[in-house]
Amino acid sequence: MVRIKVNGEFHELEVELDTPLLWVLRDHLNLTGTKYGCGIAQCGACTVHLNGTPSRSCSIPVSGVLQVDIVTIEGLSSDKSHPVQKAWIKEDVPQCGYCQSGQIMAAVALLEKNQNPSDSDIDNAMTNICRCGTYTRIRKAIHSVANVSGSKT
Amino acid sequence: MEKLSRRHFLKSSATVAGGMMISFHIPAQDPSQETMIGPVAPMTTSELNAWLTIDPDNTITIRVAQSEMGQGVLTALPMIIADELEADWRDVRAEHADVNRSIRQAGVYKRMLTGGSGAVRISRPYLQQAGAEAREKLIKAAAETWGVSPQECHADYGKVHHKATRRSVTYGEVAGLAAQLSVANVKIKSPEDFSLIGLPKPRLDTPEKVDGSAIFGMDVRLDNMAYAAVQHCPVLGGRVRSFRFNAIRNMPGVILAVRFDNGIAVVAETWWQANKAAKALPIQWTIGDEGKTHSETFRNEYLAALGTQGTSVLKQGETLPALEVSEKIIESDYLVPYLAHASMEPLNCTAHRTDEGLSLWLGTQDPESALNAASKLAGVAPEKVQLTNCLLGGGFGRRAHTDIVEEAVQIAMEIDRPVQLIWSREEDMRSGRYRPMAAMRFKAGFDLEKQVVAYTNHSVTHSILRDLGAPVDNGIDPTSVEGLSNMPYEFSPKSITHTIKNTHLSSYWWRSVGSSQNAFAMECFIDEMAEAATTDPILFRKQYLANRPDLLEVLEELRQKSDWNKRLPPGTARGVALHECFGTIAAQVAEVSVNNGKADVHRIVSVVNCGNLVNPAIAEAQIESGIIYGLSAALYGKITIEKGRVLEDNFDTYHVIQQSEVPIMETHWLLSGGDKWGGLGEPGLPCVAPAIVNALHKITKRRIRSLPISDYYLQRA
Repeated sequence: MVRIKVNGEFHELEVELDTPLLWVLRDHLNLTGTKYGCGIAQCGACTVHLNGTPSRSCSIPVSGVLQVDIVTIEGLSSDKSHPVQKAWIKEDVPQCGYCQSGQIMAAVALLEKNQNPSDSDIDNAMTNICRCGTYTRIRKAIHSVANVSGSKT
Repeated sequence: MEKLSRRHFLKSSATVAGGMMISFHIPAQDPSQETMIGPVAPMTTSELNAWLTIDPDNTITIRVAQSEMGQGVLTALPMIIADELEADWRDVRAEHADVNRSIRQAGVYKRMLTGGSGAVRISRPYLQQAGAEAREKLIKAAAETWGVSPQECHADYGKVHHKATRRSVTYGEVAGLAAQLSVANVKIKSPEDFSLIGLPKPRLDTPEKVDGSAIFGMDVRLDNMAYAAVQHCPVLGGRVRSFRFNAIRNMPGVILAVRFDNGIAVVAETWWQANKAAKALPIQWTIGDEGKTHSETFRNEYLAALGTQGTSVLKQGETLPALEVSEKIIESDYLVPYLAHASMEPLNCTAHRTDEGLSLWLGTQDPESALNAASKLAGVAPEKVQLTNCLLGGGFGRRAHTDIVEEAVQIAMEIDRPVQLIWSREEDMRSGRYRPMAAMRFKAGFDLEKQVVAYTNHSVTHSILRDLGAPVDNGIDPTSVEGLSNMPYEFSPKSITHTIKNTHLSSYWWRSVGSSQNAFAMECFIDEMAEAATTDPILFRKQYLANRPDLLEVLEELRQKSDWNKRLPPGTARGVALHECFGTIAAQVAEVSVNNGKADVHRIVSVVNCGNLVNPAIAEAQIESGIIYGLSAALYGKITIEKGRVLEDNFDTYHVIQQSEVPIMETHWLLSGGDKWGGLGEPGLPCVAPAIVNALHKITKRRIRSLPISDYYLQRA
């Protein structure tokens, strides 16, 4: 039995301790907004916040997050009202949309740490893969949250 | 029945009269449906035809027969219908059309395949017709209610108006009656009357994609669902000889194993448990000579095959004597590797065999083939197979195949629970269906005035159609020579030949198909020809396109928009490429420099003529999407074979570009209008590699004739 805190709620679960957090979220808690893309922390589709730090949940065993505040895409807001979600809607960022939960979680963490990220800050923080190629609109949406007009340097 | 979406049950009780339009037959409501779903509340939702329903609160639900995989069909296709319908766009919702209904009702949704950049290109006319027909029914219903002639009424923004008496009624108020009427000889609008087509409307599917609520195939959750993972033979074509289930039987959650010809699926309570057990399962394989192959062997074999005669695809005049008297001859061989699709969402399919039939949930580009394949395997009549087409986490061609469905159904036949099969990323990438490998040889002869006097091309390509069992007995797979056989340059005489050469790998449609490799080789060789003729690459192309004013216009626009003749800093260069596919002309200039041995792509300027645009914002995103997908392939994409095994199995070895590598992208439209409605999902891709490679030549003075570019250590000359 493990006890984890996700989006402010505690859950007690029967689960093997080596199960990656991603699969606990998806298969035990039915929080399917967090996506499986690679399983090796390469693509970022599974990004969640652990005590506010963007983390790749596919490669973190549930045993490592027992004392941690876990926030998933579902926990950002109940009504798509988080400023980053609003920016994503305004810039019409998603195409297939599969990677966007992870992109948004990475962007939220970046903007919480750095309210006015430069293009190179975005390059460094936003290492999530998007195969549809929504990168330009992601950059634009992040800048629009920061309320700074950015240009690629 | 499983928990299907609420809409799945909400079928109208209204009867729709059929057959009012040429080739637009709307069959009557299937009575069997009502027995299946029980009594329906009268007139809650009114179905005006198979494509749309209207609720009393004016909500319009439009069914979309193409699959949403990022390209925007859940927005663009409803815009086409809603424009004719004179709907208030704020009332419009979209959902995937029901393939089971299309199968039961004689193909009511016509083409349900998503591919060939065909959503707008192919379905626009009949979608307009469907919207117009519904509009006329609503007008007729309002007119009947008022006791006036329909000719005195008109529709706009979701209402019908009778101007003379200043009366109006909402669609929701008359939809119930309208659904029972029939109309004939409905005309669609003239383009100048479009009210929605051409506007950059926000995508309807964006809100659900920012909070995790969008349901992709992998997100389907059913009561009592089990999960399955699979271990395929590491060598494609290899077979299971034996396996020891006892070795994993006691691992947590494990339920059973299901044997396929080429692998074993393990079913467990969660996917993590299933995948862990599948990886641990000891399997003995039977592997033939394909286990001795290497990429290097393939390359040598393909290059050797270039020297054979091949099958003639096109012959104009006699090239041999023309080459013999040429003042100068250039000859080059090009080579491209197999490529994986690497959609963000690994392949998956959920299946449940019940007493009533079979239910499937997945994101598929070809729901009809998926349904029929499942029906055949399960021995269940097609009309008893329900398929919920979820959102697709990328498709790029890969999700048209039925392999994942067939495996899921085989598992579902063995267990009395719904099962969700997910291929791990490694299985997804290693298990085949690649963009074909190809080699191409080009030869051109020039006279004393540096005019082209002969042109030959021989391609050796892994045939997709042969892999699919389609007839290619004449030695030509037309999809392999797209862009080569119909190349637009007027070289004469010319000879185009082809050789099919398949390996043990399997190939499949990959974004832009033949154009993805052929535009690279062709447009790079055109640059070599321009160099041989000591002519500017854009001027050289124009010189041989005199009979194609549409291509000339695109090139000229590109010359201007790309600042072609403006100086660049030392070490930076521009390269150009031009290609036409799926009814659309696209030309691109790439601005590139070389840093630390690698290509750095700064800017890609595109000029595109697809005739007309439905939604410019989505269209621009599609061109950029094609560029990014093409850029990953050009810079990094390759599948490598060692001892018959695919080495790249995840994003650490199969590199794709990230945010930091994205160039500035400028897309300019040069729309010729008229009846041209070209596709946009694919045409942004083919020019990327050749434009970059042609620019790199100016910097390095060396020709790159194979991909990916990252195989080369680049140096400024």
